[in-house]
Amino acid sequence: MAEIQIKNVAKSFGAYQALHDINLTIADQEFMVLLGASGCGKSTLLRIIAGLETATAGEVWIGGRRIDHLSPKDRGIAMVFQNYAVFPHLTVFENIGFGLRMQKLPNDEVTRRVERVATLMHIEQLLKRYSGELSGGQRQRVAVARALAMEPDVILMDEPLSNLDALLRMEMRAELKGVLAESKTTAIYVTHDQVEAMSMADRISVMHQGRIVQAASPIEVYRNPSAEFVASFIGNPPMNFLKATPAGDGKWSVAGQVMDGPRADRPHLQFAIRPEDIQPAEQGLTATAKVVEPLGAHLLVTCEVDGSLFRAVLDSDMVVRPGETLTLAPQADRVRWFDPETTKAVA
Amino acid sequence: MTDAVASDLGADTRKPARFLYISAVVLLCAWVIVPIYFLLINTLSSPETVTSFPKPFIPEFDLGSLTFFAGFAGILTALKNSVVVAGLTMIMSIAIGAPAGYALSRFDFPGKGLFRLLILLTRAFPLPLLALPLAVLFIRTGLDDTAFGLALVHTTLAIPFAVLITFSLFSGIPIELEEAAWTLGCTRLTAFTKVVLPLILPGITASAIFAFVISWNEVFAAAVLTIENRTLTAFLLQNLDTSPLHLKFAGGFILVVPALIFIFAVRKYLFAMWGIANR
Ligand SMILES: Nc1ncnc2c1ncn2[C@@H]1O[C@H](COP(=O)(O)OP(=O)(O)O)[C@@H](O)[C@H]1O
Ligand SMILES: [Mg+2]
Repeated sequence: MAEIQIKNVAKSFGAYQALHDINLTIADQEFMVLLGASGCGKSTLLRIIAGLETATAGEVWIGGRRIDHLSPKDRGIAMVFQNYAVFPHLTVFENIGFGLRMQKLPNDEVTRRVERVATLMHIEQLLKRYSGELSGGQRQRVAVARALAMEPDVILMDEPLSNLDALLRMEMRAELKGVLAESKTTAIYVTHDQVEAMSMADRISVMHQGRIVQAASPIEVYRNPSAEFVASFIGNPPMNFLKATPAGDGKWSVAGQVMDGPRADRPHLQFAIRPEDIQPAEQGLTATAKVVEPLGAHLLVTCEVDGSLFRAVLDSDMVVRPGETLTLAPQADRVRWFDPETTKAVA
Repeated sequence: MTDAVASDLGADTRKPARFLYISAVVLLCAWVIVPIYFLLINTLSSPETVTSFPKPFIPEFDLGSLTFFAGFAGILTALKNSVVVAGLTMIMSIAIGAPAGYALSRFDFPGKGLFRLLILLTRAFPLPLLALPLAVLFIRTGLDDTAFGLALVHTTLAIPFAVLITFSLFSGIPIELEEAAWTLGCTRLTAFTKVVLPLILPGITASAIFAFVISWNEVFAAAVLTIENRTLTAFLLQNLDTSPLHLKFAGGFILVVPALIFIFAVRKYLFAMWGIANR
């Protein structure tokens, strides 16, 4: 059992506060992804859990044991680094067995475990090589195998795939997900790539400027973003926003169109809709097409609605010309509303 | 047509430049190699040939001079002293310099930039300026005329290089390697011995050898601070006007050869220290 609890963790580097009051619970065997733009504090949080960085405040618990005062080796964790950190003076075999040797396991046990994870990561034919003789992808496999060989309670990964090329990244993504699910380890995976996050995670924690903005399942984060930041950060093309003014009795006026909305007493709200939740219709928002991009599977139309940029993903059979005026209807149950003052979602 | 003219012109302008370049290379090589070659010839000639004229261009491989050198009173003791002092210098400058290099590359502390500057500044004081106060100090503390005392002075000369070389070595080792070792069950110390040390050992050896050479070749402090326990350089300097020519040649040769071999062995790290890409 390795549930991770992060309680009120904060971190300052001198005057700069990199993390603000982080609270997060990660269930046993859960695959948690920390997602956010570069510099938002993902690595810092991961390194605090690993013990490579000391929190300024707060506690970290793993499996019911407080571990934030322990050194990295006593925390029951293993880590995979972005630049692989494969030891150049050791063979692949000795790299994978490094942690096991430190535990003073008998030789045959080391061999058995190294060979098992090497087979799992498909590098059994590379065991005699040195890291200088490996490709980036192979080094990444060695780094993951080395972490798995420790049979840790928790495996921590900091952008492990970001140095690989796109095709290899997609391949490794699926493979890593399978291997980790099988190993029954609790995993925390840091990435700035939302596709990676969506495809691998059981749960995503979206981070922004040193805070966790939302922690939920990928589909929840996508469908019901809790704040404007999440809505605009996740999804490609991103969500559309339009200004809405009250029209009385839970109705809101968006670009001259009156719609049902939340019964909120605010001077205005942000209306939000994903580009793929928009259909051409008889009645709806009046949009002027600006750029038309046929992407094969569908048609991406960038338009202007009420002076704002507005993107729609339409059926690829449609014919739209730049300058043409369209009437676009948002799918009612997919519309979301945000309070511009707090930037939080309003139900 | 225009092509031919252009290429002709190109060849015309390139030829003198190329000639100049090659002559410069030859001249520079000769500058270094010719004296060493004469040293070699004279060392491997019989004492009679050394004093005769004209000189042969091919060594006769006569070990007379070297045998005479080995038999000269006090020379073997001086040689032994040189080795002892250089050995002590090597050990002390690495023992002090390597941890300093590690700290500089791994930790941020106030005054780090100033510290690096100060390390270099130790070379700004000419030894003759320091020699007299040092001699007085050494006589008071009883360090004068000892191998250890001289090694101390040589260590201060070698330390800046030891610190700078090891600093660049440690900086070349990503901190993630150490961090990975920590997460895999190492303490700071075991991570150092199991990961960092094996990676920098060749470089440490090189900087140790360099410290050895600095001490081996140093003559001023050696001449001022020792009387009975002279090192080879000081001994040769002292006997320069009284000793026969072939002894000087043999002595010079014995001094130059180890230094040459060592410098050649560690050239890669010297380039690295000065930021010159090698190969
Ligand atoms: N050792 C450090 N000293 C000072 N500032 C740091 C240090 N490590 C990280 N930071 C700062 O903390 C912020 C978060 O960094 P990091 O956790 O690495 O971001 P991410 O991994 O999300 O890209 C960044 O603004 C970074 O500049
Ligand atoms: Mg990072």
